[in-house]
Amino acid sequence: MTDRIITYSEAIREAIGQAMEADPNVFMLGEDIGIYGGAFGVSGDLYHRFGAERIRDTPISELGIVGAAVGAALVGMKPIVEIQFSDFTAQAMDQIVNQAAKIHFMLGGELSVPMVLRAPSGSGTGAAAQHSQSLEAWFAHVPGLKVVLPSNARDAKGLLLAAIDDPNPVIVLEHKLLYKTSGPVPEQMYRTPIGVADLVREGKDLVIVATGIMVSRSVAAAEQLAAQGIEATVIDPRTLSPLDMTLINDAIAATGRVMLVQEAPKHVGFMAEIAARIAEGPALFSLLAPVKRICGMDIPIPYAPQLEKAAVPQLEDIVAGAVQLMREP
Amino acid sequence: MVAITPLRSPESGSLQTDKAAALAALESMLAIRSFEEAVDGLFARGLMHGTMHLSIGQEASATGVCAALKETDYITSTHRGHGHCIAKGADLTRMMAELLAKQTGYCRGRGGSMHIADTKTRNLGANGIVAGGIPIAAGAALAQKMRGETNVVVSFFGDGATNEGAFHEALNLAAIWDLPVVFVCENNKYGMSNSTELSMRVEKISDRALAYGIAGETVDGNDVDAVYQAAAAAVERARSGGGPTLLECETYRWKGHSKSDKNLYRTKEEIDEWKAKDPIERFQEIILSSGLVTQSEIETLIAKVREGTRDAIKEASAAPDSDPAELLSSVFREAN
Repeated sequence: MTDRIITYSEAIREAIGQAMEADPNVFMLGEDIGIYGGAFGVSGDLYHRFGAERIRDTPISELGIVGAAVGAALVGMKPIVEIQFSDFTAQAMDQIVNQAAKIHFMLGGELSVPMVLRAPSGSGTGAAAQHSQSLEAWFAHVPGLKVVLPSNARDAKGLLLAAIDDPNPVIVLEHKLLYKTSGPVPEQMYRTPIGVADLVREGKDLVIVATGIMVSRSVAAAEQLAAQGIEATVIDPRTLSPLDMTLINDAIAATGRVMLVQEAPKHVGFMAEIAARIAEGPALFSLLAPVKRICGMDIPIPYAPQLEKAAVPQLEDIVAGAVQLMREP
Repeated sequence: MVAITPLRSPESGSLQTDKAAALAALESMLAIRSFEEAVDGLFARGLMHGTMHLSIGQEASATGVCAALKETDYITSTHRGHGHCIAKGADLTRMMAELLAKQTGYCRGRGGSMHIADTKTRNLGANGIVAGGIPIAAGAALAQKMRGETNVVVSFFGDGATNEGAFHEALNLAAIWDLPVVFVCENNKYGMSNSTELSMRVEKISDRALAYGIAGETVDGNDVDAVYQAAAAAVERARSGGGPTLLECETYRWKGHSKSDKNLYRTKEEIDEWKAKDPIERFQEIILSSGLVTQSEIETLIAKVREGTRDAIKEASAAPDSDPAELLSSVFREAN
């Protein structure tokens, strides 16, 4: 079967639809996912295909929604929760962090929570500080949660299907600027394994490790760098927990330079963990220059378009960062 | 393995007039009391680690509610959850082993007193977060409804939990979806030190049901038969598609909130007043004076329960300690 070009949104919807057709225990719950079709249009026509029982519109009750999903998952259902903006997970943190993440371990290993929580993440829509955060490091810091950040349509479908299969709680953070982007996606069901990084582009001069929207931005930067004679490898970890360092370490060994790119604020961001792992491992001895991080500013995301753009890494920031890294030491 | 005789619904409709059901209910209350007194003693002697929350004085609510449940019904429990576990049929040896930090404990020593769950008796777990189990119960009930099962879910929680957002969100979800769930509030008058007089304006916690358009009832939580009757009606309503109920059981914990409690917020007189309403003595008097059971039958039961507690301690103590070498297992469940 050949790949079609479909959007990231369509890929997610296709994954949910196929999983629901394959398993009656899979259902979706969230705010405005029914007739409305989801705040970002992701659930779309699923309500008309599967009905109100399985595409379950909820009141604005994030804590209650996630708690209900935890309870349903404990007794064998496979809920997919949509939290309308990832910022609103703050309302549901007890159920995510104290319940879903802990139950399997804390209760001795008999019960588990096969729940998927999807949420749109990131800035770029002019929605300001309470609707634009990149909170992946929060979740990645909690043992018991798996965290994935699909950066393209193919992975959006494959990682979501893997997340639905996974017997553990999986947080899927979808970048809202990616929803309308398109890419080749196989029609059949396939799983992109959780915990395996992706080599997006190969180049001999430096490694760029990027997550979410920063992956495509880094690839675009790499094309510009290539015109200047700098060849960059781009690696997308795809999964933050559990983290696959193999590709990253190997690529550093081959190039000696690494730049870590994330939209989230720099301070205690996820790339700090990757930097630490590099420093702890054999890759350290391959480095020709210090690890470089290109991250969001340590500020809340602002509203005005010029402010919002300035707050997070843009294409030119990545290019400039790479050029600078190549000049060091 | 030490467990109580399974609780049962009285054929007569009342625990006070059905001998087998009455004896099972009395055994449950005695077992909870005996287990917790033993735990209190082990803690005082420095033989138990951590902290714990005892439900001594509240045995009738756990017992009366669980008597109204089928084996396949679910519960969620609280930090003060030993009674719920025991009444639902848990193995006292595995409970004691958990509290004694043993490998054979319900949580392999990872959870302790506040986190005992038992898949066999469909106890979805005690919970260290106040109100944490309430939305989970709603979700488990949603699953029953979506699958066309007739099981009911009971969520136990305290008065303090009814001031948490999770309580309100869960009751609303259960109400709009007509979920087969019974919300059982064990109102023991204090959320740690904060009294219900200080923490809410409503006269009865069950009044809060009005806000969600569901049934609400308050019963004497120290009267095991009254609890049973109200719970049976609520469970029947839930099972037959009539939706959730908020059932408030007015009761009292004799002991402090946890091991750090110096009882500065309540008087000795108040505690004594409630001790005079001991749910176990009250029930014994009723079924003795009516001639349903004899003194010697009660004494036999007391001896049986004490022996059960002793056996649980003995068996648990002999078990291996929980093992740091396997700490990394069960952070995640392996895929099938």
